[in-house]
Amino acid sequence: MRRLSVLLCSGTACQSSGALAVKQALVEAITAQGLSDEIQIVETGCMGPCELGPILLIYPDGVHYVRVKPADAQEIVSEHFLKGRPVRRLVWSAPAPEPRTIPFFARQKKIVLGNCGQINPEKIEEYIAQGGYEALAKALTRMTPEEVIAEITRSGLRGRGGAGFPTGKKWQAVREAKGHPKYVICNADEGDPGAFMDRAILEGDPHSVLEGMAIAAYAVGAEKGYIYVRAEYPLAVKRLEVAIAQARKLGLLGPRLFDTDFSFDVELRMGAGAFVCGEETALIASIEGKRGEPRPRPPYPATSGLFGKPTLINNVETFANVRHVILNGGDWLAQMGTATSKGTKVFALAGQVKNTGLVEVPMGITLRELIFDLGGGVPQGRKFKAVQIGGPSGGCLPESLLDVPIDYESLKDYGAIMGSGGVIVLDSSSCMVNVAKFFLEFIADESCGKCVPCRVGTRLMLQLLEKIARGEGTEEDLAELERLAHFVKDASLCGLGQTAPNPVLSTLRYFRDEYLAHIRDKACPAGVCPDLIHYVIDPDLCRACDLCRRACPTGAVEGQPGVPPYRIWLEKCIRCGACFEACPFGAVQKRPGRKG
Amino acid sequence: MITLTIDGVRVQAEEGETVLEVAKKAGVRIPTLCYLEGLSPRGACRLCLVEVRNWGGRLVPSCATPVQEGMDVVANSPRLKELRRTILEMLFAERNHICAFCVSNGHCELQDLAMELGMDHVRLPYRWPLLPLDLSHAKYGLDHNRCVLCGRCVEACSEVEGAMTLGFSGRGVFTLVEADLGDPWGKSPTCTGCGKCVQGCPTGALFEKGKATSEQVKRPQILAEVTERRPRA
Repeated sequence: MRRLSVLLCSGTACQSSGALAVKQALVEAITAQGLSDEIQIVETGCMGPCELGPILLIYPDGVHYVRVKPADAQEIVSEHFLKGRPVRRLVWSAPAPEPRTIPFFARQKKIVLGNCGQINPEKIEEYIAQGGYEALAKALTRMTPEEVIAEITRSGLRGRGGAGFPTGKKWQAVREAKGHPKYVICNADEGDPGAFMDRAILEGDPHSVLEGMAIAAYAVGAEKGYIYVRAEYPLAVKRLEVAIAQARKLGLLGPRLFDTDFSFDVELRMGAGAFVCGEETALIASIEGKRGEPRPRPPYPATSGLFGKPTLINNVETFANVRHVILNGGDWLAQMGTATSKGTKVFALAGQVKNTGLVEVPMGITLRELIFDLGGGVPQGRKFKAVQIGGPSGGCLPESLLDVPIDYESLKDYGAIMGSGGVIVLDSSSCMVNVAKFFLEFIADESCGKCVPCRVGTRLMLQLLEKIARGEGTEEDLAELERLAHFVKDASLCGLGQTAPNPVLSTLRYFRDEYLAHIRDKACPAGVCPDLIHYVIDPDLCRACDLCRRACPTGAVEGQPGVPPYRIWLEKCIRCGACFEACPFGAVQKRPGRKG
Repeated sequence: MITLTIDGVRVQAEEGETVLEVAKKAGVRIPTLCYLEGLSPRGACRLCLVEVRNWGGRLVPSCATPVQEGMDVVANSPRLKELRRTILEMLFAERNHICAFCVSNGHCELQDLAMELGMDHVRLPYRWPLLPLDLSHAKYGLDHNRCVLCGRCVEACSEVEGAMTLGFSGRGVFTLVEADLGDPWGKSPTCTGCGKCVQGCPTGALFEKGKATSEQVKRPQILAEVTERRPRA
């Protein structure tokens, strides 16, 4: 009998911060103390608070260790595991019977992420022990395909990939479509900057996605599924491969599942990194071996998809919801959320927020709760400025909209979108022109080049933003930027182009004064755009240490060691910020406005 | 039969027909560029966008949209005219379309469209990239500077000739039409030299070597003629 279970988060984020080295050190320390029989280490998927990794969760105590270093292993084992005294300096919050009393977890409702961080994703037995594949058994043996679809429809589940199309309706359309064979595709081409919820699900609970796909296949009448996953997610790919092999071995994928006439198998396809391949028709083209380019819809994939056959394509998180709906009933999911958006949504918190990481919350939670209660607010007493939600297709919302309940419709009304759930918090150190420029740069680079508005339009918009950021913009440019934005939105072929102007339009809507400061005052209020700031040396703080002069690549800093103050020749200064970084006394200061 | 309205006129159509085909029969002119009879519609150039009023004013490419019962289509309006003009301006600004120096001057679809839509000047900044010419092929030349990336040559090559020599490389504004995996066209082992791509090209991007400008008249309709004579599977 094991006395203690050590759950070690081994998601990509925690592996990057050294989780595997911590595991190695723990194993050595445990072996050295002769506790190998009493303590087991379980590598789990993402627990959520990525910022604090590597993370350990000790059961049954419920102690959460954060930012653990390999050097801490010895102490944890000898003090906590041997003597029962938790190492206080590493404990996230006071030992509680359940980690759910930590505010970060208390507000969450983990359904999709329920198994992430709790089970070893590479052991199908652990998934089954948590009720895994029970929903598939129930669907196959006790429900007709129509009943499955009715249950999904009743739940109000909508596509979690961003557009929010009613899942039940989609399944119904594929079921009714004429053609054989039919296909089920899982869209795991998560490409939004700052979004990593699908990766966490695939890494932490891959079987939930496989089970959801199998149920969907049964409902629509498909026998073959594809998972289109980014090659940049090697851990997710590996865990999916393991999961598929294990499911096949136990007869949970393959011919005649649960002794019924239903057969289903899944194939992995790796994406080569094009953002546009997250668009369903481009994704399908890519699986077919063609260039990843979207095509006009209709016809929708439901009637003519992969290889021209009826195809169901859903996002990772959507599939991960399915088994819960089948097990608990559609009404159970429908009681969570708002009038139009049911259930929960996983958000990836990133940017200037204390607890970056992954959270799952009921729909209808406000942005303020999400960012301040769960995310812990902006760090170091900086001021919250905006939240960019929905990735490159999303928008920036200002503080005045923080109390808006999050659902598909409300976000759209204010110029953002739910998207896949990336939430990037921006504080006073972010320039909104620069933020819009960043996202447009991304889109212009990722545009496939098929349709003219997106290919040329986004490039022209980017040129205008660059001009404004250089301080060369005019108010006519601003009007032209808006004209082009609406044009690209109206005329582009696929969702990528149609939503590409959102970051520009939303920043123009809520932060127009910042654009005007760049244009009229030739100043970047946030001190970000290098052409619209200048550096000065505060004579009272300068200690003449000479570091700034040595750091300057253009010889713009002048002074003699030991004879303060130094000064900056703005004519020579290229605003690289090297002196600013080098100064240990805060004497070099950034000021808005172009000088010299 | 399906009944729909185009520019206020009720028209009848067969199931499976596109809005563009029906409009053509009804005598309603919709400008097109990437669309070519005999090839599958790509919906890429967006010139043939029409507004479907009862789809919430959605803009759809008429070349690739099958007709549906009760559709209320606006094919020509001030909004669409402005939109089409902007698209044309973008095409002119994107690469190098100086007609006076082009082998297709006088018989170029892009030039004709500019005249039709009254595009007397370009309000957008020219990009003028310096793109290479591929003159390695014995009979034909490829000038990327004149290319509008409509994809007609690529489709003619794969769908009509079945050679699949031409394809796209790169993406966004850096997309290029290339032979095989980017080898010089003349070295391509797959190219049959049939010239269907050249005939399909709406601009001077693909041209026949050794012909004067006045002789460079293309016959894009040849692609439909070829496919129509084929026995259907």
